[in-house]
Amino acid sequence: MASSGQTVLQFSSSSTSVSARVHPLVIFNICDFYVRRADQAERVIGTLLGSVLPDGTVDIRNSYAVPHNESSDQVALDIDYHHNMLLSHQKVNPKEVIVGWFSTGFGVTGGSALIHEFYAREVSNPVHLTVDTGFKNGEAAIKGFVSINLSLGDQQLAAQFQEIPLDLRMVEAERVGFDVLKPTTVDKIPNDLEGMEASMERLLALIDDVYKYVDDVVGVLLQIMTSANFYQTL
Amino acid sequence: MAAQSRSFLQVAATEEVAPPLRVVQIEGLVILKIIKHCQEFSPALVTGQLLGLDVGSVLEVTNCFPFPIREEDEEIEAEGANYQLEMMRCLREVNVDNNTVGWYQSTLFGSFQTVELIETFMNYQENIRRCVCIVYDPSRSNQGVLALKALKLSDSFMDLYKNNNFTGEKLRDKNLSWVDIFEEIPIKVSNSALISAFMTELETDTPVRQCDYDRLQLSTNPFLERNMEFLIECMDDLSMEQQKFQFYYRNLSRQQAQQQAWLQKRRTENMSRKAAGEEPLPEEDPSNPIFKPLPEPSRLESFLVTNQVSNYCNQINGVAGQSFSRLYLMKALHED
Repeated sequence: MASSGQTVLQFSSSSTSVSARVHPLVIFNICDFYVRRADQAERVIGTLLGSVLPDGTVDIRNSYAVPHNESSDQVALDIDYHHNMLLSHQKVNPKEVIVGWFSTGFGVTGGSALIHEFYAREVSNPVHLTVDTGFKNGEAAIKGFVSINLSLGDQQLAAQFQEIPLDLRMVEAERVGFDVLKPTTVDKIPNDLEGMEASMERLLALIDDVYKYVDDVVGVLLQIMTSANFYQTL
Repeated sequence: MAAQSRSFLQVAATEEVAPPLRVVQIEGLVILKIIKHCQEFSPALVTGQLLGLDVGSVLEVTNCFPFPIREEDEEIEAEGANYQLEMMRCLREVNVDNNTVGWYQSTLFGSFQTVELIETFMNYQENIRRCVCIVYDPSRSNQGVLALKALKLSDSFMDLYKNNNFTGEKLRDKNLSWVDIFEEIPIKVSNSALISAFMTELETDTPVRQCDYDRLQLSTNPFLERNMEFLIECMDDLSMEQQKFQFYYRNLSRQQAQQQAWLQKRRTENMSRKAAGEEPLPEEDPSNPIFKPLPEPSRLESFLVTNQVSNYCNQINGVAGQSFSRLYLMKALHED
């Protein structure tokens, strides 16, 4: 039995249960900014806009890049630009507020902690989104993090970036255009009937899948029922 | 040789003939932004600016930003211009093309052919050589179609509009009918390779939840009803315009009859004067009000209304086709 004199490094569990929902526009924006970045910049950093839903989910709806300078020991962010863009965006849509920030590149680096601190001054509990444009592990990794404070007893030790579940959802109208958004070029926008055709094909594929699934389940059940062990497991 | 070497001044003076605009190439990012903006504010109508590059016969649209909804107030006009400048400056810092190539607007059930649209076009045309207007219809997109159109005013129409002359003979001269006002340009969508890669990776997960069921829903009544309402209103407008013309023609023929009568009177007067040996009076009298030329009402409104009518008809056609296929689908499923 440990004496009560010992203090324990506490990881507050993810009882904050924050999750984030990301609209595809944000990903498109980030990729576009990454493709257009200045030659000497390795990564792109910017602000995420959105709102916090009543159940605690963060809804990330828009984003803009902020010019920054990063060297090995310090990070400089153009704060005026950040505020100007925020004001301009809010003129159009006053309900979108800062909910966090994004950066391209895999994982979290040292400089990120400083930037996160800056954003923590703007909004409480900002969400940090990393979009891996380098496809480091051979897959597209989009991760979201919040910062949890590590404390040793009463003393603040460090802030830990803890991953939160992300949800990529599309609004109905965007779903309609999704076929158009995937390939590198599309020669013309499909009209009504062609779109109908595509939907029906998709529905057919879905029905086939469900059919097969149900067949499989029934097949397995049948197997279980006819196997000798069944009555024994009852 | 003087013929071969042209001075710089000469080269600068010769205007290049621009190749005609054949296709508008939009990036997926722009489409998503337009959809998001129009959808958020529907049913209010919103506008925004398009940015991009003008390359040969292709107009590339690479980015866009929305305009805030402006109230009708004089001092807010300056704010609007400020907002635009601010946005363009900020976007330039992150290497976005900050060349205006047009604007986009949302519309309700396709009723966008108005005089304001033409005026906005003329305004833009003064500064930019080639501009395009992208119209997005959020109500139709709820039916499951990506209702995006790129429009441009035809050149012959623009010349006519500058002279503000829409009389019958002028239009017949130029062989211009209501079809020729707006030109629709085909849209091509392009995406950077990075985005393609991301979207292909991210798509696989939940095909079940992400299926576009809305396109398959059977209820199309509200949409068809609104369309028919608008169509009927347009027919009313059209008949009003026609009445204006009838009124004009009636006045014109009445005036001509008056002119003839006056001329006759003058002629008989002149004959009697000649018999009396006096100077004959002139056979024309510009100060007399019956000789004042009547202004012919402009045909512009009726052209625009006709355009709208054709648009509504096309939409109803499209929806009817879709509904039929849906009904056949349901029938097939029920038979199983």
